[in-house]
Amino acid sequence: MDIHYTGKDRILLIINYILLGLFVLAILLPLVYVVLSSFLTPNTLITKGFAITSSDWTLTGYAKILSNSAMIRGFFNAIFYSAAFAFATVLFSVFAAYPLAVEELVGKRSIMIFFLITMFFGGGLIPTYLVIKDLGMLNTVWAIILPGSISVFNIILAKTYFQGLPKELFQAASIDGASELSIFFKIVLPLSKPIIFVLALYAFVGQWNSYFDAMIYLDDPKLFPLQLVLRSILIQNQVQPGMIADAMAQAELKKLSEMIKYSAIVISSLPLIVMYPFFQKYFEKGVMVGSIK
Amino acid sequence: MLRNYILYLFLLPSIILTVIFKYVPMYGSIIAFKNFSPRKGILGSEWVGFEHFQRFLSSPNFYDILMNTLKLSAYGLILGFPVPIILALMLNLVRGAKFKKNIQLIVYAPNFISVVVVAGMLFVFLSPAGIVNALVTTFTGKPIAFMTDPAYFRTVYILSGIWQTAGWSSIIYVATLANVDPQLHDAATIDGASLMKRIFHIDLPALKPVMAVLFILAAGGIMSIGYEKAYLMQTALNTPTSEIIATYVYKVGLQSGDYAYSTAIGLFNSVINVFLLIFVNTVVKKLNEGEGLY
Repeated sequence: MDIHYTGKDRILLIINYILLGLFVLAILLPLVYVVLSSFLTPNTLITKGFAITSSDWTLTGYAKILSNSAMIRGFFNAIFYSAAFAFATVLFSVFAAYPLAVEELVGKRSIMIFFLITMFFGGGLIPTYLVIKDLGMLNTVWAIILPGSISVFNIILAKTYFQGLPKELFQAASIDGASELSIFFKIVLPLSKPIIFVLALYAFVGQWNSYFDAMIYLDDPKLFPLQLVLRSILIQNQVQPGMIADAMAQAELKKLSEMIKYSAIVISSLPLIVMYPFFQKYFEKGVMVGSIK
Repeated sequence: MLRNYILYLFLLPSIILTVIFKYVPMYGSIIAFKNFSPRKGILGSEWVGFEHFQRFLSSPNFYDILMNTLKLSAYGLILGFPVPIILALMLNLVRGAKFKKNIQLIVYAPNFISVVVVAGMLFVFLSPAGIVNALVTTFTGKPIAFMTDPAYFRTVYILSGIWQTAGWSSIIYVATLANVDPQLHDAATIDGASLMKRIFHIDLPALKPVMAVLFILAAGGIMSIGYEKAYLMQTALNTPTSEIIATYVYKVGLQSGDYAYSTAIGLFNSVINVFLLIFVNTVVKKLNEGEGLY
């Protein structure tokens, strides 16, 4: 494909690399700045520029965050919610999608339409809230895990995958006398690891990053996921009790709370950032499978 | 028959959950036409017809909220939609698979940062004492109140949105470009087509069908921008531009407890959305040789 580039083409290529470089920098700089700031006393970067000496580095922000019980609890709550949500999502999507992928299932079309309608029409915020409330699910983990775990999009994703599996395999197993259950558990599920992985990964990340459901359905701070704790630190500027000792000067307090913000951003994003390079291709795969239909 | 019986059993949990969490709320939205009191329940509350809708349409902030919603999404769409396409075309010119993968790894990354963190970063960067204002002050002498001045809300919202999602949204275009037959490019090069010409006559047409579908979907959701980020970025001072229907529904419904009125506003929003989807699909169909979403 690399034939000959004319002079004009070379100029275009060079411009392309420059623009791409600028874009990459625009993405990278804020992230690098946050990470650096989390290790420095506030404003050091602004006031001293690159003339930072070794005495400027500090782990105080992290120490404050890690000694904060709300933050720690939020972290473990978030892990629990995300894992449980991922499990529920995979369970419901796979069990709903498999029958819909079987060609001769009677009523398949109507059931599909039944699911698809929810993609275009919804009850809206308040009616959904009222249902959760009437079910007595307010202030319980169920409100976070159950309602969102059933999604048409995921069902379509899994269905498309199942339809791509070789049918001869099932027919052969069926002739050999395998029951529907053993076909599903012994043949379909083992072949479906990629899609299960993609669904679980998407659900986990989605839940890890969400705060809105927790904000409307949960009252008890003990149940708050990390994002909700973060929101109070980052957006509402509420320094959590115990993070800053009582009689500190106002200016000191402001400085420290800035620092805590940067450390909180890094810590909360850490799990995903560590996972991310390993899982990138699965995320891409998910987008691609999703775009087929 | 036994076989089917098991398959229906497989479907049962999802059907039950869909009924409970999707269909019951759909039914529940009739409280938009009622004088809802939680004690009397949905059925027991008396009908009031379009009273709540009229109240919203004649309320003094109706026009502002509607225009804020429309402007925020329309500008977001116009400015944000082309960026992933341009990015994909640019990535397509990069030689060296490993180098390209590394660039992609970086530009996808912000997609995995939560909205809370992105909004938090905006607040620390753009505060009067933040890094951005440190630069602004050196040039103009005084800081800009990005997060509290209504004049900057849309710009900050849309640009940060592009920062967060453009890379990730480019995946689908990158994949489409990877499927373009290389022989087309070879043949065009032999015929003396420049790189620019090939981008416009081979790459862009290849992207057209994907662009059409994604544009319809994005435009159809024009009224339904999420509460999540707008709500986080809202400050007491920037509400003249940051109050959109979604945040208003949340405030009226869950903070003030006016369930029926809030539901009516939400319903109003969804109805406009459906009409927009149909309208945009018709227009795109005309422009795109009869190819639309449906």
